[in-house]
Parts: sequence; C-alpha cells; structure tokens
Amino acid sequence: MKVLVCVKRVVDSSSEVVLTDDAQAVDGRYAGFTMSAHEECAVELAVQVAAATGGSATVLTLGDADAVEQLRAALAVGCTEAVHVLADSSTYGPADVAREIAAVAGDFDLVLLGNDAADSGDFQVGIRLAYELGRPVVNGVTNVSVADGIVTASGAGTDGHETYRVPLPAVVTVLEGGVEPRYPTVPGRMKAKKVPIEERSPVASPVGPSRVRLLLPPPAPSNVQVLGKGADAAPAVVDLFEQLGVLSR
Amino acid sequence: MESTPAGEAVEVSREALTFARSLAAEGGGVPVDAVLVGEPSAELAATLAAYGVRRVHALTGEAFASYAGAAWAAGVQDARETSVVVMAAGTPRGNEVMAHVAAREGVAMAANVLSFSGLSPFVVTRQVVGGAALEEMRLADRPAVFTVAGHAVEAAPADVPGSAEVVVRAPAVAEADLVARVVSSEEPEPDLSGTLKSARVVVGAGRGAGSAEGFAELVELTELLGGSLGVSRVVTSLGWRPHHEQVGQTGSRISPELYIPCGISGAIQHWAGCSTAKSILAINTDPEAPMVTKATYAVIGDLHEVVPAINAEIRRRHR
Ligand SMILES: Cc1cc2nc3c(=O)[nH]c(=O)nc-3n(C[C@H](O)[C@H](O)[C@H](O)COP(=O)(O)OP(=O)(O)OC[C@H]3O[C@@H](n4cnc5c(N)ncnc54)[C@H](O)[C@@H]3O)c2cc1C
Repeated sequence: MKVLVCVKRVVDSSSEVVLTDDAQAVDGRYAGFTMSAHEECAVELAVQVAAATGGSATVLTLGDADAVEQLRAALAVGCTEAVHVLADSSTYGPADVAREIAAVAGDFDLVLLGNDAADSGDFQVGIRLAYELGRPVVNGVTNVSVADGIVTASGAGTDGHETYRVPLPAVVTVLEGGVEPRYPTVPGRMKAKKVPIEERSPVASPVGPSRVRLLLPPPAPSNVQVLGKGADAAPAVVDLFEQLGVLSR
Repeated sequence: MESTPAGEAVEVSREALTFARSLAAEGGGVPVDAVLVGEPSAELAATLAAYGVRRVHALTGEAFASYAGAAWAAGVQDARETSVVVMAAGTPRGNEVMAHVAAREGVAMAANVLSFSGLSPFVVTRQVVGGAALEEMRLADRPAVFTVAGHAVEAAPADVPGSAEVVVRAPAVAEADLVARVVSSEEPEPDLSGTLKSARVVVGAGRGAGSAEGFAELVELTELLGGSLGVSRVVTSLGWRPHHEQVGQTGSRISPELYIPCGISGAIQHWAGCSTAKSILAINTDPEAPMVTKATYAVIGDLHEVVPAINAEIRRRHR
C-alpha cells in the first residue's frame, strides 16, 4: 500500500519568537527550523503502516529549497521516497497547499498530515485536501492502522476514545501523543542522504493566505520578586510558604 | 454550539455566543442564530435565549446520530440560510466542522480568533504559533467562517434576551458525508493526572533536573508540601517521568495556589498549562528565563543546591 505523509518546515517556536521586518513571517534565522510535532507522529505512523502492509511511505513537502532538510529527516526515520514541491510556502494559503498536495496524492491509498501546523495553526489543509480528492477524511487521531482496505483511526474525542473505520483511499490528520517518533540512526541518516528527491513545480499560482500582518502579543510586565540566590534563599522561600499557607506550621 | 452530556452549554460555546453578539451589534443589530445537534433541553434553550439567540436550529435524524465532520458541516450549511457569518468555539470539533464548512463553501477560514477590527473590510486577529504570535487576517468571503479561541471574551448573557425559537431540521445528507463517522467511543482512559490538576501546590521540574535520578530532592519537596509533581515535555520525552505528569499545551492545565517550576525555561507551550496558577516561584540558574520574568517570585540558582536547602529548612522548622 502506498502511503503519503505531508510535512511542513516551521520555525522552532520553543524559544523566543521574532518576526521578520515586514511582519509577514516568523524569523527563523536564530531559532532554527523543525517539522511540526504532529507531523513527526504522522511520519512515524506512515512508516508503521507501510511496514505492516508491505507498502511504501513517501514524504512530501511544499517549501523552499531549505525544506529538503525536513524531507531528509523523514527519510532518516523510514520514509523511502520524497517529493519536494518547490515554492515559497509563505505565499501559500491552506487552500493553495491542499491543491498542490492533491496534484501529487492521487496515486496514494492513504495520505497522512498533521492536524495543524505549529506556525500557522490553520486546522484545514487535510480537510481541504480531502474535498479536492473527493475522499473521506478523519481528523485529529493518534492511532492509525490498515487492514483489508480499511483504515482504522482513533483518538481522544469529545465523548471518550473515538474510533473511525474508513475505506481506502482516505485522508487522515494526526495529533501528537499516540506514538513515539523514532530517532534517526546513523545508518538511517546515511541512507537518507542518498535518496533522490523528486522535485516538482507548483501546478497553479497561489491565491495566498488572507494574512494582513503578524504581531507579537505585548510582553507581560515583569513583577518578579527575587527572593535570593542559591541555597541562601532557603529561609526566604520557607517564609513565603508559611505566608501563603501552603505549609502547615 | 456544544453542550455537555447533561445538556448544558459548554463555556467556550457561551463565549462564542458572546463574541457573535458583539459582531451582530457591530453589524447593525442583525440576529444571532445557533445550530446544534439534537434537540435542546429546556435548560439549554433557556441559556440560548439568555445569550440573545433568536432561533435555534436543531439538527436531528439518523445522519447526526454519531459524529461525522462532513455531515455536521452539511447540517450547518443547511441551517445557515442567509447568514453571512458562520462561527464556532475553537474546540477540536469546532475547528473541524468549520474547516469542513469553509472547504465546502470555497471560502477562507480563520481558526482561534481573539477579536475583530471593523467589518469592511472584515479583519480578525487570531492566535498563531501556539499563542506566541498573533495574525491579523482579512475575511472578505461570504460566509465569513471562523472559530473563537478559548477565553477570547468573557461569556456574558445579553442585555435583551432572545426568543430561542427551536426549529427542528432533518436535512438530507449525502452518503459520502457519512463515510468518516465515529463508529465507537469508549470511556476515556483512567485519568492519572487528577491529583496534579487539583493539587494546591505543584512542584515543577524541567530539563534542569538533569536526569531521571535528579528528581529525588524535587520529589521530597513535593512530599513536604503535600503537593504534586508536574514536569515539562522535555522530561517526558526523555523518559525521565511519565506523560501524565506533563504540564502544558499537550499536558495538563493546572491552577494551583502555588506553582514552583524548577529548571523550566517557560516556553509558551509549557506556560499554556500553568499561567493560571495563583502564584509562581521559579527556581532557575538563568535570571532571564521567561519563566523567571513571568513568575511572582524567583530564586536564581542551581536547583540541586536550592531545593535540598529548602527541604532542610522545612525539616528544621517543622520537625
Ligand atoms: C506542539 C508543541 C507542544 C508542546 N507541548 C508542551 C507541553 O505540553 N509542555 C511542555 O512543557 N512543553 C511543551 N512543548 C515543548 C516546549 O516548547 C519546550 O521545549 C519545553 O517546555 C522545554 O522544557 P524545559 O523548560 O524543561 O527545557 P529547556 O527549555 O531546555 O529549559 C531548561 C531550563 O532549566 C534551566 N536550568 C538548567 N539547569 C538548571 C539547574 N541545574 N538548576 C536550575 N535551572 C536549570 C535553564 O536555565 C532553562 O531555563 C511543546 C512543543 C511543541 C512544539
């Protein structure tokens, strides 16, 4: 069975977020780049499903030349083919991205994506893709398995742990938390370097996101009261505990 | 509209109704209608009236018996009639159903909106990058589709209540829209994070703990305070502590009297889970760490020196 997994190169937002001068994007020059956390899990599930069905897992990204780094990362953990739609992803809205993925995804039985990207947080590329392809879509799941042409997908829902069973071909979006993404091994990395990457041009010009500009929320004023440095601060800390009543005398 | 199994409107939906009302007022007093799956209980209908809802579209029939994002979106489309704005609370369901609506209508959608600024053009501000940045986004299409972020506004009933007239609808739903539906739902896994969420004091630990063995003194402090231990994602990813102890966006949200994050930098995703603590005492080697600057109190230093000294001081005073 042929599985396609879609990943996005995003700025690593665990450190401070800085905007570009034109306020159109998050500046990744200092923070570095990564793949969205949900997509790391989607890659892991794609590799597992491919192995279980004797099939293949192909990774796709739409992004500039640097996004090849995220494709190599997915190849290093078990994807065997990669498609790179070369484009400036910042000029693409969710509907544009879905259209470009659809142009590639027709050959695949199962398409996995992250539920939402860590940067744009749009929550809609997978759903728009499903409509482009005329296929069913299951959202926000943490477990995916395939048998007899049926994909079983489940995750925490509003009413407890919810299960869907959908015939292939289908689209599934994945949330972090169900599987532990594996770390690349050294041979995995070596192999990933040699995989030829299929480069494609976009099939249509983008309409673009509906972004006017990005802003940073105002920093909360710091009112921190420093109780001291090192071990010497212990008496002041215990005074505080007593004052707050969290320690019974 | 989402409601609890007991038939009460969930808070985020009441917030979304409050948001909808301010939007409707800005638009010259246009009516606010609500869509929900199933017929409302008397209590829910009363809440909807109090929140200014003119008409309640209750989706009924086999097609809505179990959750299917596409079918629910078809029901919303059927009920929206001439409405030019379609919105929901920014819950997983809300985001999913609205994305289906947007895809079906061929319009843009904005997730997790906090506020709007003007109607022509209709511009909204929403959370992106997990809340670390905001985006101003133009929603020029009709209908304008979006979801409202939790706590974007405070839920408040209307000055003038609505009539909440219930219109029962059973729209025909295409077979294709029912393919991806929930076929079974089970009781959620036992929630091991219960004590963490209800603890009066939470001792937090992050990468600064250094190793799985580095938790001894932190566990001791937790016990001395009769609290719970909460950790950052780095700690669970490294396998030092179990996932049910994780605090943050993808962990538990806690609101203790006192949170004591030790060796935690305070990344936005961690902050999302602890920002509602009454007071925060950060222990960190870095005086510039976001957790320190956002805290109420701080001790600058190595947790492996500070925490044992605190434990010794507690034992000395409370022997
Ligand atoms: C989609 C997504 C979801 C996420 N969800 C969560 C979540 O739910 N919860 C969560 O916590 N994170 C989450 N993260 C990860 C988050 O971005 C950070 O990477 C993580 O919180 C950092 O953990 P940390 O503070 O322990 O480590 P670091 O950021 O490495 O910080 C360590 C801190 O310890 C201090 N320190 C080091 N040594 C010592 C010492 N000996 N004594 C005292 N201080 C010391 C350092 O000065 C530093 O401030 C998420 C990330 C993503 C992308």
